[in-house]
Amino acid sequence: MGAASAAPTAFSPGSVEAVQASRLRDGVRAGLPLALAPLLFGASFGLLAIDGGLGRAGAVVMSATTFAGSAQFAAASILDDGGGALAAIVAAVLLNARYVPLSLAVAPIFPGSRRRRFLESQLIVDESWALSGRSGRFDYSILAGVGILLYALWVGGTALGTVVGDLLDPEAIGLDAAFPALFLALLAPYLRTRRALVTALVAGTITIVLLPFAPPGVPIVAAALAALIGLRR
Amino acid sequence: MTWVVIGVVGAATMAFKASGPVLLGRRELPPRVTSVVEVLAPAMLAALVVTQTFGGDRELVLDERLAGVLVGGVAVWLRAPLIVVMVLAAAAAALIRLL
Repeated sequence: MGAASAAPTAFSPGSVEAVQASRLRDGVRAGLPLALAPLLFGASFGLLAIDGGLGRAGAVVMSATTFAGSAQFAAASILDDGGGALAAIVAAVLLNARYVPLSLAVAPIFPGSRRRRFLESQLIVDESWALSGRSGRFDYSILAGVGILLYALWVGGTALGTVVGDLLDPEAIGLDAAFPALFLALLAPYLRTRRALVTALVAGTITIVLLPFAPPGVPIVAAALAALIGLRR
Repeated sequence: MTWVVIGVVGAATMAFKASGPVLLGRRELPPRVTSVVEVLAPAMLAALVVTQTFGGDRELVLDERLAGVLVGGVAVWLRAPLIVVMVLAAAAAALIRLL
């Protein structure tokens, strides 16, 4: 009896926030298997950024605002090689142009005001985006939870790397092969429908054909055109 | 000049990431647009797999990553959990590098 009469208080105001917080924690937990990579790659970026003349503050600010590994590595290594600011900007912007199609695909899951959507959309990175779609539909709490975790580790790893240098070479433990395998695992559930299978094959073909010729970043953006297959009835 | 790079790249990336949620938001899209957006996920995942497996600076690179992805692919085929797929792929690439 006591438990039954106490039950309604569990649903008193405030419990909506409690449910949201627990779903966000589930999202963070979903990202834990990926946690080592942003820390190690972040530290590598921090070290490279110092060599490239970005400075400690510059390295951390770049990780906090750009929050996209490949583009940051490209920009810092071009600066390190004396390639010039314009070349660094063009390479990094091309590499990150893929975030337009990624962002369009998850647009409807972001709640709230335009300002809130702007801020929370910054949590989109390849890994948070891909994991959030693992059940075949994009899930906001997974994207936000994984995104927050990876953001903290990426920015923290960068700061650490600018001070102590490389922690451990990510390639020595094969982390560079773990991520394409992760994306393959996340692609697999989509391939049950014929349309998605054909789209993935066309997108993969476009990417592999363009890789030897186009500047890095362009092949993956061109591959988004494969989604026009969706127009066929 | 490095702060110009940091500023421009940061601003452009933030705009790219925000484009969907800010411009489209939760608006109902015409069915034809929805059907394109629906297959964007498999298209982009396939493109990510290819670039991260073979990507180099304007070249196709065949290296230990491919071996790792193939091993990971077998694990996916056997319906292994995500973490197992990643660990097997990483271990395969790391082992071959050691040899």
